[in-house]
Amino acid sequence: MKFNFGFFKSLAVGSLLATSVFADTELTVYTAVEAEDLSRYAAKFNESHPDIKINWVRDSTGIITAKLLAEKNNPQADVVWGLAGTSLLLLKSEGMLEPYAPAGVEKLDSKFVDGDNPPAWVGMDAWVAAVCYNTVEAGKAGLTPPTSWKDLTDAQYAGHLIMPNPNSSGTGFLDVSSWLQLFGEEGGWEYMDALHENIARYTHSGSKPCKLAAAGEIPIGISFAFRGAKSKAAGAPLDIIVPSEGVGWDMEATAIVAGTSKLEAAQKLVDFSVTKEANEMYNEGYAVVAYPGVAKPVEHFPEGLIEAMIPNDFEFAANNRARILKEWQSRYDGKSDPK
Amino acid sequence: MNTASIDNTVVRPKGLVKAKLSRDDIIMRGGMIVIALYLVISLVFPLYSMFSKSFSTFQYDLSKFEVQVSDDAGQFSPKITNLQNLNEDLKAIPDEELSTGSGGRLGVTIFFPDFSFRSPVMYRIRNVDGQGRFLVGSKLMTGTDWQELDSNTFRRVQLRPVRSTGLSNFINYFSTPALFKSIQNSIFIAIISTIITVILAFWFAYALNRSCMRFKGLFRLIAMAPILVPSLLPGIALVYLFGAQGVMKGLLFGASIYGPIGIIIGSVFFTFPHAFLIISTALAISDGRLYEAAISLKASPWKTFWTVTIPGARYGIISAAFVVFNLVITDFGLPKVIGGQFNVLAVDIYKQVIGQQNFEMGAVVSVVLIIPAILAFAIDRVVQSKQVALLTARSVPFNPKPSSRADLIFTIYCGLVGLFIIGMLGICQFAALIKFWPYDLSLSLNNYQFDKMDGGGWGAYYNSIKMALLTALIGTCVIFFGAYLVEKSSGFKTGRAIFQMFAMLPMAIPGMVLGLAYIFFFNNPENPLHIVYGTMTILVICTVTHFYTVSHLTAVTALKQMDSEFESVSASLKQPTFKLFSRVTVPVCLPAILDIAIYLFVNAMTTVSAVVFLYSPKTSLASIAVLNMDDAGDIAPAAAMGMMIFYTNIFARVIHLTLSKGVLRRTQAWRSSN
Repeated sequence: MKFNFGFFKSLAVGSLLATSVFADTELTVYTAVEAEDLSRYAAKFNESHPDIKINWVRDSTGIITAKLLAEKNNPQADVVWGLAGTSLLLLKSEGMLEPYAPAGVEKLDSKFVDGDNPPAWVGMDAWVAAVCYNTVEAGKAGLTPPTSWKDLTDAQYAGHLIMPNPNSSGTGFLDVSSWLQLFGEEGGWEYMDALHENIARYTHSGSKPCKLAAAGEIPIGISFAFRGAKSKAAGAPLDIIVPSEGVGWDMEATAIVAGTSKLEAAQKLVDFSVTKEANEMYNEGYAVVAYPGVAKPVEHFPEGLIEAMIPNDFEFAANNRARILKEWQSRYDGKSDPK
Repeated sequence: MNTASIDNTVVRPKGLVKAKLSRDDIIMRGGMIVIALYLVISLVFPLYSMFSKSFSTFQYDLSKFEVQVSDDAGQFSPKITNLQNLNEDLKAIPDEELSTGSGGRLGVTIFFPDFSFRSPVMYRIRNVDGQGRFLVGSKLMTGTDWQELDSNTFRRVQLRPVRSTGLSNFINYFSTPALFKSIQNSIFIAIISTIITVILAFWFAYALNRSCMRFKGLFRLIAMAPILVPSLLPGIALVYLFGAQGVMKGLLFGASIYGPIGIIIGSVFFTFPHAFLIISTALAISDGRLYEAAISLKASPWKTFWTVTIPGARYGIISAAFVVFNLVITDFGLPKVIGGQFNVLAVDIYKQVIGQQNFEMGAVVSVVLIIPAILAFAIDRVVQSKQVALLTARSVPFNPKPSSRADLIFTIYCGLVGLFIIGMLGICQFAALIKFWPYDLSLSLNNYQFDKMDGGGWGAYYNSIKMALLTALIGTCVIFFGAYLVEKSSGFKTGRAIFQMFAMLPMAIPGMVLGLAYIFFFNNPENPLHIVYGTMTILVICTVTHFYTVSHLTAVTALKQMDSEFESVSASLKQPTFKLFSRVTVPVCLPAILDIAIYLFVNAMTTVSAVVFLYSPKTSLASIAVLNMDDAGDIAPAAAMGMMIFYTNIFARVIHLTLSKGVLRRTQAWRSSN
């Protein structure tokens, strides 16, 4: 037989193995941290741990959460570094996290640490909702800047608003859960009914509304303050508005995935994630970090944002997540649908 | 008693006399079984897992929980209450509300009408057996030990559902208008896009085949360009052309491009080459005698067109229509980028799976999407099988006559279509080079710093090339060899028929559905094949399978041109079949083999739908990066990456062309008659 199968077999096997034999230890780390920050985080970690290589799996909060839940019985991740606290609570309730008290965890602000001992997750920083307002496009459309969430339901903003779909975006979900907490269950849905009338469309990711506002595709994007500050720094004609009722927020947190075969390396990474220098690193993009006294002001970050953060009930958010999302979908998904 | 016992001295063969299988026959059948097995594992099993997933439901099984309630002093009565019995007495929750999704949670206090979190009453709750699960706060309890809780903690107890099977997912789907509406939306855009594309492509093909206009080669090249980009790219182009900051948004008169308008324009763009190719083939073959007859009968050109041209091309037109319909209804990339709030089935699958982690519902939508896809596919097959040879030995090829007016009109028409295609690609390239659209229009290469964005960076681009090369190489070998075995082996009719069926199946399966089916099948720890999950291997397998059918048909067509006498001669010369295969068959079919390879390469570079569920950090692809960068709002870099795919595919085409020319010279000399 002239036909050489061996060659193809070795090719197939080669493609399977080629990428998995380098470095000393490789950690697969799932994250929802903005892509442009990831290499910085890895480099900083590698300064003290050159033998551990991080392979990032980065996607929006909803997707990473979905991926982790889908892999519940066959976990692919070793560590989750930088995923919404609400999502980590969800993973914890599935028994998917390996409790571990990282060295130095006691130095963190206690609201950033899971209540159990040892904690299932530890927080890093908080990201806070805000409204990105394109002054140029808003001027063209003759809009007045909103100052509160309730303002956004005003008829002048009809078709000029974009917000993230809470079904796929962590930022979208924190908005919805904060409105339900601020205005009560009934008032919250009433508010969203009114807001829905003004929304041009819902986006898949939480940063897109602000980027679209920055690019002038829409005058107003409901997004988060960090994204707004970055787009503004890149030269976009943006104002970052903090609604007066208070703003929803979520934290980014870190945890070890139960069942990892690289527990030791995973623990080293989590140890690093709570250090002062790691928190200084988070502070470059986030105004609020878990390590007290570290936070320095971030350029273009709106004033009064930290004071406006609502007392967030994460357990409410996590345990009611499925119900809220289903309700949201049946009310608003398919903007063109008659209601 | 039968005859054998009467005449037991003679052993007679029963039934028909069968020829003894030669060693070659055994090898060929073995090979066929191996490739059939590949299709079973890469297609049939995953689809089966997906179907069974769509019937997998989650129910709160109340009989799995037991509670005990104390009096105000905290003294428990020995009475143990099963929640199921409690619910039967109280009717707190009707049966139909007990079905839920995998993420379902049910607060337990609903079963205690006089519950107050301030009351001093204590509660105990436990699972009856290992199947029950409940949460206290966010802590998962799976054991059968009693948990003793005060009232204020007891209100934080949430029951979790258990897995069962049934139709409730489908009932749920058809009772959710937001989901149900997508069927209508999908069919609507598919029909409108099909009508527009087929009409545009028909006249384009007509101009190229039936007129004497100039620049035919150039127009043919331009018409094929959309095949070289992922379907996401026309969506991005439309944002820059007709979005809020679009250069031509005035043309929409205030309508929003985000929605059906955008999906339809984009669909026309990316399905155009497919329709053009099919109709062009149909129009290329025509019998000049029919036109001569029409002229001598003094039929008007209009009448000739309807009585000669259209009937002659009708199979091509119908076939093109169903191919376009299928492409549009199963496409995911375009509605994802430009669809806005206009929901379609393919995006619903993505949203259910990725957004809501509702895999069961994703499977249900997949089953719904398969139905129109299979219908369109089946009709197309029936139509194609009816196509009979229009050309007989006595036919005279039709030669168009120059007509300055008609040729000018056709040139303008083709020019406009060409401008549309080039404009869509051009705007993407232009936007990719702009620093900060629309506020800073200076040129910059910032958008090419893919490593600073979502989606996998330049690594994704190199992964794509690696994946496309592997797909082309492995796919061509497997598919051509499979086609050879099924075409040229003798006997074994049932086996060959089954193989043919397996080989046709992939075309009817939408990419999203295939990808989702792969999650269910390969990401199952009990499956020994789950080691390929998250690797390049699974992407290659999935892509080869996804594009199996067209490649298979190309190979079969080429092989049918070879007389089966070759096999007989080789057998009578006592030459092993594989010598014939490598010395004769492969060289003769080389042009077709190269066509298959380039087809697989180009599609592997542009595919999104099948692989979007399957990529991992190390194996992110350029087309996925386009999707993810667009998702994050980095639209210009997405356009830049999309154009990188375009240039790579052009480069591959040029290599293919050069190779084909060389090959034709070396191995196809026998085709020329002199």
